[in-house]
Amino acid sequence: MNILVCITSVPDTTSKISFSDNDTKFVSAGITYIIGPYDDYALARAVELKEAKGSGNITVFHVGEADSEPVIRKALAIGADDAVRVNSVAKDGYFVADQIAAYAKTKSFDLILMGKESIDFNSGIVHGLVGELLGIPSVSPVMKLDINGNEATMEKEIEGGKETLQASLPLVLGCQEPIAEWKIPSMRGIMSARTKPLQVIEPTSFSSGLEFEKYELPAPRTNCKMISDSQVEELVTLLKSEAKVI
Amino acid sequence: MSVLIFLETTDNQIKKSSLEALVYGRTIAGRSGGSVTALVVGNPTNLSEAASHGAATVMQISDSRFSQNDAQAFAEALSEAATQKSASLIVMAKSVFSDSIIPKLSAIWKAGAATNVVSLPESDANFSVKRSIFTGKAFELMKLTSERKIVSIKKNAVEVSLSPAAGEVVAYQPSVSSKAFALRTVSTEKASGEILLSDAEIVVSGGRGLKGPENWGLVTDLAKVLGAATGCSKPVSDLHWRPHHEHVGQTGIKVSPNLYIAIGISGAIQHVAGISSSKVIVAINKDPEAPIFKAATYGIVGDAFDVVPKLTQALRNSL
Repeated sequence: MNILVCITSVPDTTSKISFSDNDTKFVSAGITYIIGPYDDYALARAVELKEAKGSGNITVFHVGEADSEPVIRKALAIGADDAVRVNSVAKDGYFVADQIAAYAKTKSFDLILMGKESIDFNSGIVHGLVGELLGIPSVSPVMKLDINGNEATMEKEIEGGKETLQASLPLVLGCQEPIAEWKIPSMRGIMSARTKPLQVIEPTSFSSGLEFEKYELPAPRTNCKMISDSQVEELVTLLKSEAKVI
Repeated sequence: MSVLIFLETTDNQIKKSSLEALVYGRTIAGRSGGSVTALVVGNPTNLSEAASHGAATVMQISDSRFSQNDAQAFAEALSEAATQKSASLIVMAKSVFSDSIIPKLSAIWKAGAATNVVSLPESDANFSVKRSIFTGKAFELMKLTSERKIVSIKKNAVEVSLSPAAGEVVAYQPSVSSKAFALRTVSTEKASGEILLSDAEIVVSGGRGLKGPENWGLVTDLAKVLGAATGCSKPVSDLHWRPHHEHVGQTGIKVSPNLYIAIGISGAIQHVAGISSSKVIVAINKDPEAPIFKAATYGIVGDAFDVVPKLTQALRNSL
């Protein structure tokens, strides 16, 4: 089974976000980059599926500049076999989807996995676009995935519950917890990741219909009004007459 | 420009967030005198709200296959309906389901899409909208330059108001391709009668400060009095005190209710990101230095085991 796992490189979830150059540039100084948390779940499940089957290949795919290579190496250390990096900033979801589809067309993958969304731009459109570009079904957000021969059984989140679906491979899936537990690379994994193949390719052209203008930070909340723990009735009054939310 | 709005239903009711999307679409169409069409599946009990909130036409799908959440089928139906109505904008509420429809619709209808939108566009010609990014930690302004456009609206970003229109209901049978309904649904589990966390007006969440799952009655009792949904912090779902689908935060459910009550939650940056667009946040925590108080509107420093039952009782007496 050949699995393509697409990963993003995103600021660690504890990061404070700030901008410079008139709010047009993200300040990356002091930021630790990680594999997108949802992509990390997808990767972990891919590794489990390969282990269970005892055969197959996992390719990690990433769109980003050379400074994201540590994140790719980590994915290789977790258990991917080889990696491809498209040498460009990930301009937007349309751009990334075009790169994935263009590469996947030249290979034959049984599964293309990724997170349900990136945690930086939260567009959540890449899996669906890739499915359309390749003409194969896509499902998201997938919380459970089992493969039996050529058949996939998936649990998908729906509002207020879940749905169990079946479909034949190939498939494109957007993943989320609890599809697998995040994996911590072993020392052996880290050593072997250094020599695993990482191919760098140039992007294909694209058009998206989106134009970035600028960033903005949310207005800071006004000071928290403190209420004594012996006067909870006051809180009820404030919620009713000041905030008018109950 | 003419606008098509997808009205999502839950428990056979048009969702409030879909009415927000309708108001958003109606406002844009109103600027240029474009038509306002809503698309709905089935016969929701509050169907008349589509008319009262500004839909001139309601396209109603009765095909029972559409009771499945098949994103492909919905994308094809919306694409065909929008083309039929010469709409150049499709609006829907941000939800688990619309998230899966939008990329497919974007490809099929050949439209640029912006998800998580919180503002109206500058104008039809300068379709610049603000969207929530970094999971609520920031916004970006971006312009949709394609001729056809799709936006999903973040909950609570639009004030719902009435604006009666004809709301003529017309039957609509979409012609879908063989790709639609191609996934086999084996089973569906859906809690009915429960308030959906992502759509709730009030959310009560508990954290590690509650010390164990056996104490969750504090959270559920308060939620019951308020008619609220219940949530929890990531450590709580990681410890399996509560199910994963209640996890509120950066990698869990993002909520934007009118009122969010955080009990025994310290307020890690990842949790605050998931609740930052709530209108009012109440924090109850015994540690006066807990970061949650920096995000909160109202705070009580105290023992949850003492404060929460008193608050529940005070609300019961006054509501």
